[in-house]
Amino acid sequence: MFTVVIIMALGIIVGYFLRNKSKTKSFIEKLTMVVIFALLFVLGVAIGSDKNIVSSLQTLGLQALIISLGAIFGSVLLAWWAYVAIFKKRK
Amino acid sequence: MLGSLIILLFFIIGTLVGYYDILPFDLQNYDADKYTLYLLMFLVGISIGSNKQSLSIIKKINWKMVIIPLITIVGTFLGVTVSALFISGISIYDIWAIGAGHGYYSLSSIYISSIRGEALGAIALLSNIIRELFTLVFTPVLVRYFGKIAPISSGGATSMDTTLPIISKYSGSDYALISVFHGTVLTVLVPIIVTFFANLNS
Repeated sequence: MFTVVIIMALGIIVGYFLRNKSKTKSFIEKLTMVVIFALLFVLGVAIGSDKNIVSSLQTLGLQALIISLGAIFGSVLLAWWAYVAIFKKRK
Repeated sequence: MLGSLIILLFFIIGTLVGYYDILPFDLQNYDADKYTLYLLMFLVGISIGSNKQSLSIIKKINWKMVIIPLITIVGTFLGVTVSALFISGISIYDIWAIGAGHGYYSLSSIYISSIRGEALGAIALLSNIIRELFTLVFTPVLVRYFGKIAPISSGGATSMDTTLPIISKYSGSDYALISVFHGTVLTVLVPIIVTFFANLNS
């Protein structure tokens, strides 16, 4: 966990020095997409080679959907309250 | 939208490759996921650091901006706790860990699969992709019925990049700055919160 935070902090510092290099920035953006594709592919391979997971993919998908709906509506309802109680008043 | 569908496609291709055992070597022996994740985090850091808006955002920070990421996190935890009532066989800590991904599927799924196993990693991936897709599709509806902050909270960590254009369009450009700040804070916090909850159960 700390490794990742440190790596990210290093990236932020490096990024700060690259902020005026638009060519490098667009290359980084493309590279990020490629790395995300690679990451998802690797995860896919790990999941696909596990026959137990593949056979229960439907159940896993349903559970994922239930968790997403909770996460979305929990945050949306609280955001609604914040908008009405805090943000709308100043205008 | 297209981006997340392509990502889903890569995942599906990976699953097929794994299922039919096409690769001549075993990726897991090389810690491929760990190093790819490190590289990704470094690149995400660069994009945060090189964002010229970041500096102007820092100057404009006020308590109202700071409170929104907090609202998203608390709302998400309350919401997934309700979800847990309808799910059997997964512990509440794991459900919190999955919810704590806040739409950041690449990172949270790798983390959860390495700490808690591939099945939970798959749920984390799907659940967080659904959150991003939902926000992309339903932002107009969310703004109309739940106000201008709703799509930012729903988008979670993605409110700084993939869902930003649609949020900016429907909540207004004065909320774009809030959206970038919110997404950046969550992007930094997600690895910390996810690992915290994932470790509680392992």
